[in-house]
Amino acid sequence: MKNTNEMELIFESRSVNEGFARVAVAAFMTQLNPTLEEVADVKTAISEAVTNAIIHGYENEIHNISIRCRIDEKNIYVEVRDEGKGIADVKMAMEPLFTTRPELERSGMGFSFMEAFMDEVTVESGVNEGTVVKMQKTIGKGRNIWTT
Amino acid sequence: MKYQVSENCLTIYLPNELDHHNAELIRREADRQIERNHIRYVIFDFADTNFMDSSGIGVIMGRYKKICLIGGEVWAMNTNERVRKILTMSGVTKIMQIYEEEQPV
Repeated sequence: MKNTNEMELIFESRSVNEGFARVAVAAFMTQLNPTLEEVADVKTAISEAVTNAIIHGYENEIHNISIRCRIDEKNIYVEVRDEGKGIADVKMAMEPLFTTRPELERSGMGFSFMEAFMDEVTVESGVNEGTVVKMQKTIGKGRNIWTT
Repeated sequence: MKYQVSENCLTIYLPNELDHHNAELIRREADRQIERNHIRYVIFDFADTNFMDSSGIGVIMGRYKKICLIGGEVWAMNTNERVRKILTMSGVTKIMQIYEEEQPV
């Protein structure tokens, strides 16, 4: 049988929910038997995407953020969605060290971390429409998962 | 969060998770201590830290900018493998020394 599973989370854009979001996704992905490092990679990427939605998407106003997670065989797909102000120039936003909010001490490393820790990252965004960050990671690359 | 001041040196004992949520609190308290105590050296102690994202890098860079003009330095200690990976990847190790503890024999 094909190994698939799905879940969706909707929560308010409060910074306290950053921890909740990454732990929830980490718990969901345990069914793939990930290594601690793979879990840490996904948690970091989720944290970056959710933080972006809170700070940049909604500019600290309280609205909903949704995370959709799908497992398909050894892959985990995550979509982090906000309906905030959007990104005018996605390519520039993804440049390392680029930030629109230096006064908030943003390091400009958010997308770089997502790209480093996940296998694939794509961003769809429209000004005043919102942003979706879609990420994928294959779990258990280079090792055989023990199955019965 | 715990902070310790000894002469012109501030040690910040970082929390279990260093993300945007915690970063705000650390920044506020650290800057208050830096200004009040004329701090020149800031030590980030990662002994309890199991999670860190780019917000943590922002906290380090921000404190460095604050004290580098007076010849200050930022240090990291008790870093685990994960924290070291994040620090190295971000390039912040160019401005921050990582204190390597002596291995117990």
